[in-house]
Amino acid sequence: MSLTVADGRLDVSSLRHDFPILGRTVRNGNPLVYLDSGATSQKPVQVLDAEREFYEKHNAAVHRGAHLLAEEATDAYEASRSTIAAFIGASADEIVFTKNATEALNLVAFAFGTATALWEHGSGPGPDEDRFVLRPGDEIAVTEFEHHANLVPWQELCRRTGAVLRVITITEGGRLDSASLAAVICERTRVVAFTHQSNVLGTVLPVDQVVAAARAVGALVVLDACQSVPHQKVNVAELGVDLLAFSGHKMLGPTGIGVLWGRNSLLNSMPPFLTGGSMIETVWQYESTFAMAPQRFEAGVPMAAQAVGLAAACDYLESVGLDRITNHEQELTALALAELGAIPGLRVLGPTDTDARGGAVAFTVDGIHPHDVGQLLDDRGIAVRVGHHCAWPLHRRLDAVASTRASFYLYNEASEVHALADGVRAAIKYFGAS
Amino acid sequence: MEVDSLYQELILDHYKRPHGRGLREPFGAEVHHVNPTCGDEITLRVDLSDDDVVRDVSYDGQGCSISQASASILYEQVVGQSRKDAEGILAAFLELMHGRGQVEPNEEILGDAIAFAGVAKYPARVKCALLSWLAWEDAVLRIRAERNGSNG
Ligand SMILES: Cc1ncc(COP(=O)(O)O)c(C=O)c1O
Repeated sequence: MSLTVADGRLDVSSLRHDFPILGRTVRNGNPLVYLDSGATSQKPVQVLDAEREFYEKHNAAVHRGAHLLAEEATDAYEASRSTIAAFIGASADEIVFTKNATEALNLVAFAFGTATALWEHGSGPGPDEDRFVLRPGDEIAVTEFEHHANLVPWQELCRRTGAVLRVITITEGGRLDSASLAAVICERTRVVAFTHQSNVLGTVLPVDQVVAAARAVGALVVLDACQSVPHQKVNVAELGVDLLAFSGHKMLGPTGIGVLWGRNSLLNSMPPFLTGGSMIETVWQYESTFAMAPQRFEAGVPMAAQAVGLAAACDYLESVGLDRITNHEQELTALALAELGAIPGLRVLGPTDTDARGGAVAFTVDGIHPHDVGQLLDDRGIAVRVGHHCAWPLHRRLDAVASTRASFYLYNEASEVHALADGVRAAIKYFGAS
Repeated sequence: MEVDSLYQELILDHYKRPHGRGLREPFGAEVHHVNPTCGDEITLRVDLSDDDVVRDVSYDGQGCSISQASASILYEQVVGQSRKDAEGILAAFLELMHGRGQVEPNEEILGDAIAFAGVAKYPARVKCALLSWLAWEDAVLRIRAERNGSNG
């Protein structure tokens, strides 16, 4: 593939040919302007072909049976794990496949719940699992940025165990409030779970600052990397977090696969989440022992084709270059902030410059509900997200019932940002606001 | 524009100048309904006379043009009707909204609510149109449950 032009920029118009869906027309015969990659990304033929080839040539139940196809399918599945691991600077035994990031985050929350229940019932846990036991007075910290996927599982864990949920607030400008971070993290904090990049405001959080605060009190750090791994180079060794989750479908991969990363020794100290076939070591009639990670967390026949597809997505992103993708998105974001920011009555939520900011641009328009803005954009073929984007508390914090969100990826073009701004102006005219 | 079939003049008029808005006394039940996908909400009160006439529907809330206009038209259509007739309008409205644009609307029953026929072609917006109507249905059920309870 030669996807770049001479000065190292992305050759977006060639790369778009890899995404068949971008060639279709939508309402009123308009060409599709897809500005909803924050919700899910579109897929290149390379990913679709990889999945198809797996089904056409190698399909069998992974880690079961000794026939040739079973061997090939298992090899393809495990090779995908290695590729995906390398993509984030990890090793294969640190990668657990889940159905999506939501499941990965739940897996971690349930590890705490189970370890705590075992401790309360005096049936363990072993010394290794002690890190996951929550005792009276223990606290869990999250931030106001969180997607429901990294909030509700912790709320529920608190309900089950009696632990206390604490929230690190944001500043008026949509950044993490350092004073609040310092005030919330304390000796009682056992877990700090936070997002790497806000799916609403685009804010990239200062991971090093949060990790330092958590380390100082011995808290475990869980990072929701759903909106960072697809858009910027992420290296787990450099981040210094303990556990990290992301979804395949937001990074050109298929739906039905997500990843939990953790050091193998840490994963092995966590009690299992879903139980059943494949995740066991020995099963007796009344009790069982469990396999080592990552198998310990992969109960049942796994999503082999999706793993193959996600590995192909990682290869694709590597070949384009994550740094180029980040730069390209920054340019589009700067353009969007300038064009949208110039529209009277429009309020951009979150940072209005591109420093430590990714390509999600959410906004409100005075007097027009986001549903209505989104509908008018849809009429012009422009797909955006409207609502609270699974971050309801964050919207309340920003005094917005809901918002309209455009989010950019490698295949978006400057002309699409212009189309967005034109569409918003047309919506304002249509509804006779301002 | 295709979207004009959704945003009928009448809908935009009701959106900009809603009828019956604001919470009033007396009322037999008050309900609060939320659309969890967008956070839109409505608080709605129904006053039902002893002989089962809808004396008032009052409401407050926030939402998009479709949900706001729908509450305003609900007010117009059901206030002053017998409960039975109002439930008939609701049934026709539900059928229209779930018809994916295939149901021929009955103007005699629906009145101005016929303006929402275009919404049925936009499945994502049907919930917006239904928010106030389902709140009304819920409030009426509660009033009746209370009456049955105190009678029995
Ligand atoms: C920041 C963030 N966290 C978590 C999720 C949940 O991802 P999934 O729905 O794929 O589990 C999303 C996706 O919307 C997200 O943007």
